[in-house]
Amino acid sequence: MILSMLMAPEAAAAAPEGSATAGQVLDPSVHTQGANAVWETVNPWATLPQASTFAEGTDLLYLFIVVLSLFFFVLIMGVQGYFMWKYHRKSDDQKTSSITHNGKVEFLWSAIPAVLLVWIFVWGEVDFLKQTVPPPDAVQVRVTGRQWFWTVDYPDYPGVQLTSSVDDNVVTLVVPKGKPVQLTMTSEDVLHDFYIPAFRVKRDVVPGRYTSLWFEATQVGEFNLYCAEYCGDQHSAMIGKVKVLEPELFGEYLAEAGKLEQEEGEPLAAFGERIYKRRGCNACHSLDGSPKVGPSWKGMWGKQETTDKGTVLVDDNYIKESVEEPNAQIVAGFEGVKMPSYKGQLDEKHFAALIEFIKTLE
Amino acid sequence: MADDKSTHDAGHEREPSYLVAQKGLKSWLFTVDHKRLGLMYLATTLLFFFVGGMAAIFFRTELLTPGPGEISGVLTALGMDPTTSATTYNKLFTVHGAVMVFLVIIPSVPGALGNFLLPLMLGAKDVAFPRLNLLSFWVYSLGALFFIYTLFAGGLDTGWTFYTPYSSNFSGTAVISATFGAFILGFSSILTGLNFMVTIHKMRAPGMTWNRMPLFCWSIYATAVIQVLATPVLAITLLLLIMERTLNIGIFDPAMGGDPVLFQHFFWFYSHPAVYIMILPGFGIISELIAVHSRKHIFGYKAIALSSVAIAIISFVVWGHHMFVSGQSELAGIVFSFLTFAVAVPTAIKVFSWVATLYKGSIQFNTPMLYGLMFLFTFTIGGLTGVFLGTLSVDVHLHDTYFVVAHFHYVMMGGTIIAFVGGLHHWWAKMTGRNYDEKQARWASLFIFVGFNMTFFNQFVLGQQGMPRRYYTYVPQFQQQHVLSTVGAYILLAGFLWIAFYLLASLRKSAAPKEPLPDNTWGGASLEWSTQTPPIEHNFHGQPRVDSDPYNFPQIDRTGGMDHH
Repeated sequence: MILSMLMAPEAAAAAPEGSATAGQVLDPSVHTQGANAVWETVNPWATLPQASTFAEGTDLLYLFIVVLSLFFFVLIMGVQGYFMWKYHRKSDDQKTSSITHNGKVEFLWSAIPAVLLVWIFVWGEVDFLKQTVPPPDAVQVRVTGRQWFWTVDYPDYPGVQLTSSVDDNVVTLVVPKGKPVQLTMTSEDVLHDFYIPAFRVKRDVVPGRYTSLWFEATQVGEFNLYCAEYCGDQHSAMIGKVKVLEPELFGEYLAEAGKLEQEEGEPLAAFGERIYKRRGCNACHSLDGSPKVGPSWKGMWGKQETTDKGTVLVDDNYIKESVEEPNAQIVAGFEGVKMPSYKGQLDEKHFAALIEFIKTLE
Repeated sequence: MADDKSTHDAGHEREPSYLVAQKGLKSWLFTVDHKRLGLMYLATTLLFFFVGGMAAIFFRTELLTPGPGEISGVLTALGMDPTTSATTYNKLFTVHGAVMVFLVIIPSVPGALGNFLLPLMLGAKDVAFPRLNLLSFWVYSLGALFFIYTLFAGGLDTGWTFYTPYSSNFSGTAVISATFGAFILGFSSILTGLNFMVTIHKMRAPGMTWNRMPLFCWSIYATAVIQVLATPVLAITLLLLIMERTLNIGIFDPAMGGDPVLFQHFFWFYSHPAVYIMILPGFGIISELIAVHSRKHIFGYKAIALSSVAIAIISFVVWGHHMFVSGQSELAGIVFSFLTFAVAVPTAIKVFSWVATLYKGSIQFNTPMLYGLMFLFTFTIGGLTGVFLGTLSVDVHLHDTYFVVAHFHYVMMGGTIIAFVGGLHHWWAKMTGRNYDEKQARWASLFIFVGFNMTFFNQFVLGQQGMPRRYYTYVPQFQQQHVLSTVGAYILLAGFLWIAFYLLASLRKSAAPKEPLPDNTWGGASLEWSTQTPPIEHNFHGQPRVDSDPYNFPQIDRTGGMDHH
């Protein structure tokens, strides 16, 4: 295809491409050197791989419209420039033409664009419809958007839950290469939008209803995931990574990734910190005393906290209650905040670790 | 004939202009003179243009680096809490959007130039309802006060689109005062539209048939139709939003049994036609600029006039193209995509007709014409990139990215604002009786052209690469392009400040011309050029009569050619 030729350097190095992009994101000092450098600055696809079955089709139509637009733009500007040069005012009494209209020309410049536009419409519509009906054997994934992180569950892999994180660019969605994947998505608070540029897919995530999205990844690697519908303060931090694996590694990875367990030799507080990040607590609670959406955890342990129900000692019971029933006692100054409940998502081991971690935040 | 028109008011002694016919602050604040109201709209919209523009300069500065930094630095320096910098960024882009849409672009051309010119162009003494016109202005000012209050009451962080349920139940900012402000502004818009419609129907000078009306009036007419029909929907929507927020009545928030997508339908049912409220008057200005400065009969008068009306009608049935990925049904998406392409045809006809007008003309490259030609460049890009977004599969990728930001800035700014600035120069002498410095004006227009394209063109590429809009921080790979955009914005700022400088300088007492300026600045053939510069209080000494169309310039060679009328 034309596009593959255009993007020869990427196509040739399909596999490392994703990881190179990831490297750039994580470490801005990493730059590709050599002959590719010039190509990468002029080629808009250099940083955007075509990593799903939809990508090439969408790009081909995009390119088709680019070429048509360029043709018409150059034509219009060329004619305008020529007239500007040819008919600039030479003398104040210079005569001008008495032409007021021309039916034939006007019909042509209405009809030709109309035909081209219908062509583009049909092409776009056909491609769009392909994106709306997922194959019946698609891998099922459920996505939940919250201010400001994503939670991803795999119904076929019980217990596995991946979460995006404000502070780390962590893997949020893992999918097998070459297999259709269907996401069923909803939001627990405001509008969000699940957007994977490398796959050319995007869909709003709406509270109170389920929206659906499907794709089939064609490249192994890591790709950016964004929230594309403005959702408040940390909208731009609601990002993550989509990891595409060879199908045989997929199940293995999920089994491993689903575990949120204390590792050997890992101190309890360090495990608690991992929970803090993995479960998205960091989206709203800072560790440095600055208030985010919720109160900071710094110096919280053992404190007499003023809440809307009176004062309360911050101890094991209060922390557990705040995680499972966040609106039971709300810290003064945060009355309007609607923290989602985490009931059933943390076990006793997790609570022990989390509380141990909070104790260290003096 | 044009000659008759330009001599119509000749032979009368010079009378005091409308600027000095009455004196004192009260004679301005309670004036029913459409020309004075036009100037007051002009001053207010330009003031808000500065406010909205500076907000953009601040958030573009923040985007110089991928991470947080610039705003929190400023907040720290001001002794404020630097951790609120993300909120500050969100407030800045919201203020920019809301101010530019509701307080600048919607009232700018109709309120300022429309008010000033419409009765003059029609050969009328004033608009049909002068007192209603005064009321429109004060209603506009009241709405603007609500916006100013919003700025001081903690700002607004919902984006100018007020999407629910974020705006109704999550944002902690001054949503109610802002939406109520927009609600009030809507009434101003409706009253102005109504006034203009009646004026055009009933106040045209004897002999001015619909087909002899300047195209600017046609575009104002098409705009007025949309203002009257669409704005009430916005008013109702915003009222429902206020009710949900204050009384907890579930309309849009699913937590209370509402539907957030319903809000988007309501909102865009107004706001898409509103896009044409914003751009159609710009089209009208361009038709005047291109014809007058090439002294050439406009090409395809009827096509341009009727395409404005066609656009106004079709604009009511394309709102769903803002919602291709929002969760509306696929069938709705397909229908809206098709209708969106339908609106592209009349728009293309206009561009082709303007370019064709230049053919065998006598083109003078003075400042207004430079803006007219610049418009053809920038608006054509704005129009063509709309095709990408109307195309379903391509929009899925580009929706809510910088591509959209670039597209609507090429239309709203590269279209309306460029046309507005061009029109301001075109009618500046007529409005103020002063000449600006032509040399400075040409240089400043170059700054605008370079700055504008530098700011926004590469945002198409940013969007194509997947950079979402409304992002406070971004991944480092986009930094180069963001820096380019920000530098472009600074150049644009310099250009606008320069324009403000030489326009204000032309108003100084010492800059007053020794001889009164000629009635006809550019050799135009429409009626506003036949009266004194600046016009007298009641516009014309007698009732002007029209026996020719407004593009019948004396330079037109009538000796040959089949199409001569």
